[in-house]
Amino acid sequence: MAEAQNIPVGSTTAGQIAVAAESTVATRMSAPPSFDVADFPVPHGREEEWRFTPLERLRGLHDGTAVATGEGVKVAVEAPEGVTVEAVDRGDARIGKAGIPVDRVAAQAYSAFEKAGVVTVPKETVLTEPIRIAVHGEGGVAYGHQVVELGAFAEAVVVIDHTGDAVLAANVDYILGDGAKLTVVSVQDWDDKAVHVAQHNALIGRDASFKSVVVTFGGDLVRLHPRVTYAGPGGEAELLGLYFTDAGQHQEHRLLVDHNVPHCKSNVVYKGALQGDAAHAVWIGDVLIEAKAEGTDTYEMNRNLVLTDGARVDSVPNLEIETGEIVGAGHASATGRFDDEQLFYLMARGIPADEARRLVVRGFFAELVQQIGVDDIEERLLVKIDEELEATV
Amino acid sequence: MATLEIRDLHVTVEADNATKEILKGVDLTVKQGETHAIMGPNGSGKSTLAYSLAGHPKYTITSGSVTLDGEDVLEMSVDERARAGLFLAMQYPVEVPGVSVSNFLRTSATAVRGEAPKLRTWVKEVKEAMERLNMDSSFAERNVNEGFSGGEKKRHEILQLELLKPKIAILDETDSGLDVDALRVVSEGVNRVRETGEVGTLLITHYTRILRYIKPDHVHVFANGRIAESGGAELADQLEAEGYDKYVKGGASA
Repeated sequence: MAEAQNIPVGSTTAGQIAVAAESTVATRMSAPPSFDVADFPVPHGREEEWRFTPLERLRGLHDGTAVATGEGVKVAVEAPEGVTVEAVDRGDARIGKAGIPVDRVAAQAYSAFEKAGVVTVPKETVLTEPIRIAVHGEGGVAYGHQVVELGAFAEAVVVIDHTGDAVLAANVDYILGDGAKLTVVSVQDWDDKAVHVAQHNALIGRDASFKSVVVTFGGDLVRLHPRVTYAGPGGEAELLGLYFTDAGQHQEHRLLVDHNVPHCKSNVVYKGALQGDAAHAVWIGDVLIEAKAEGTDTYEMNRNLVLTDGARVDSVPNLEIETGEIVGAGHASATGRFDDEQLFYLMARGIPADEARRLVVRGFFAELVQQIGVDDIEERLLVKIDEELEATV
Repeated sequence: MATLEIRDLHVTVEADNATKEILKGVDLTVKQGETHAIMGPNGSGKSTLAYSLAGHPKYTITSGSVTLDGEDVLEMSVDERARAGLFLAMQYPVEVPGVSVSNFLRTSATAVRGEAPKLRTWVKEVKEAMERLNMDSSFAERNVNEGFSGGEKKRHEILQLELLKPKIAILDETDSGLDVDALRVVSEGVNRVRETGEVGTLLITHYTRILRYIKPDHVHVFANGRIAESGGAELADQLEAEGYDKYVKGGASA
């Protein structure tokens, strides 16, 4: 796609490469990471980390007024043999090991959940079937915590499926032992009214590889915060994302890859399509290469395709490099537009308008979808993309 | 035999909060197998004619009629016109990110032909058509018009012309921006389609150069939103020698 050639009104595509003594990633947060919600002031909306989010639509997740209801959300775990599934208390050592809450809602979730789910794949266990975690909203308010831990050299695919209606704040920790391979697909296929805020923390062991696929279709407001840190050299993170933002929806993905050890790789590709009035997608891509992280190889990219007028994209890649001894670091962000001239061109070749739109959007997402590597998810996504297109056009 | 009939066509466009009439009564009949060259100075309305026939939303038809074999073209949507057999090779083909040429061609052929072409024969058909236009096979995997050179864009247009086999082909300044080699390749492509005798061609151009490769049956001088004069191929020679001066002045005083 042409680099930011057609930026729709109301979008910003800004980027920066900072070589700074002081990290802007750290200083722009209003409080240091903490498990205690009381350590975070109630956001007013002008803070750097909240300025894109419509607080009034968080339904009280950010100010303590959202009280958990009994049957807010049902979680069902389907796991192949050899996998341990537990419900544990807050004191369990595995909880929070991969990362600490960085904003008030994440801390609220941590402070308010009753039991955390822990799924463990023992060392050297290679699963041939995915672990499926179905999170279904029953219309209530809920706080949750999920841990997925892979022992050394274990391999697994985890599919976390969010459906139904809920007001949910939940964090997910992924802990990868040395040489482990984990693919996680998190699908946000919520009903129209749902609100979902989550911090995903991945801690990648030595020579381990982590692939995260975040797919967001539904909900009134979805705000996800996937974060990656490394526990040893040789780790690889691939963060793929796909979102389809419809009229009135707010979908926000805020990523951080913290290259805190040498010789690790990261690759971030997020793509979104938007259509309809007041559809709002936010993408923040922070990559930090710490002074000690020599040999880092990182790239991040965000692409947006605006299908109709009235949609808004805020895309902010941010790369901070504290050492020059790296293999590579790059970022790109572009917002393009499916405009009337493209539509005319395709229609002038006999292709009906709805099919033309489908052709463009499928083409836009195809490359990304093919990288997911979980067949039934890939098929479901393509079907879902078609449905999304038919729903509004 | 397919016939495109344009009768007293008036077209306006909105510009700077004003409505401007660009076409002021165009009459033209193009039959299958014929080649008509429309020549005229910049701003005479040639491209407006091309885009109005294809149905571009920017242009408003205020009066007149356009029929293809008696069917009212102006009632059809853009895609319906294409499926009815009208083809417009554009002067500035549009980039369509994310859509490969091969996917685009197949989707288009499926729409125009009413059924998906059989995969095996289709691949061969496309490959051969591309070879004839000196297009590398890697072209099929690139995104539509994205990063294409001027010559590549025009070849891609003619490739579509060859594959879609329209009844009426409108070529809007297909020669502009081409060097001699590219012009020859593109002209050969147009001639292959013409030689089938199954297409009526409306060749819109500013220059006489392309007419050395594509011999028109009829030449029309377009000035001030209508056809000012019609003749045979000899009229092009006269334009080559004398330019458009007399038509432009005539238009201004009319």
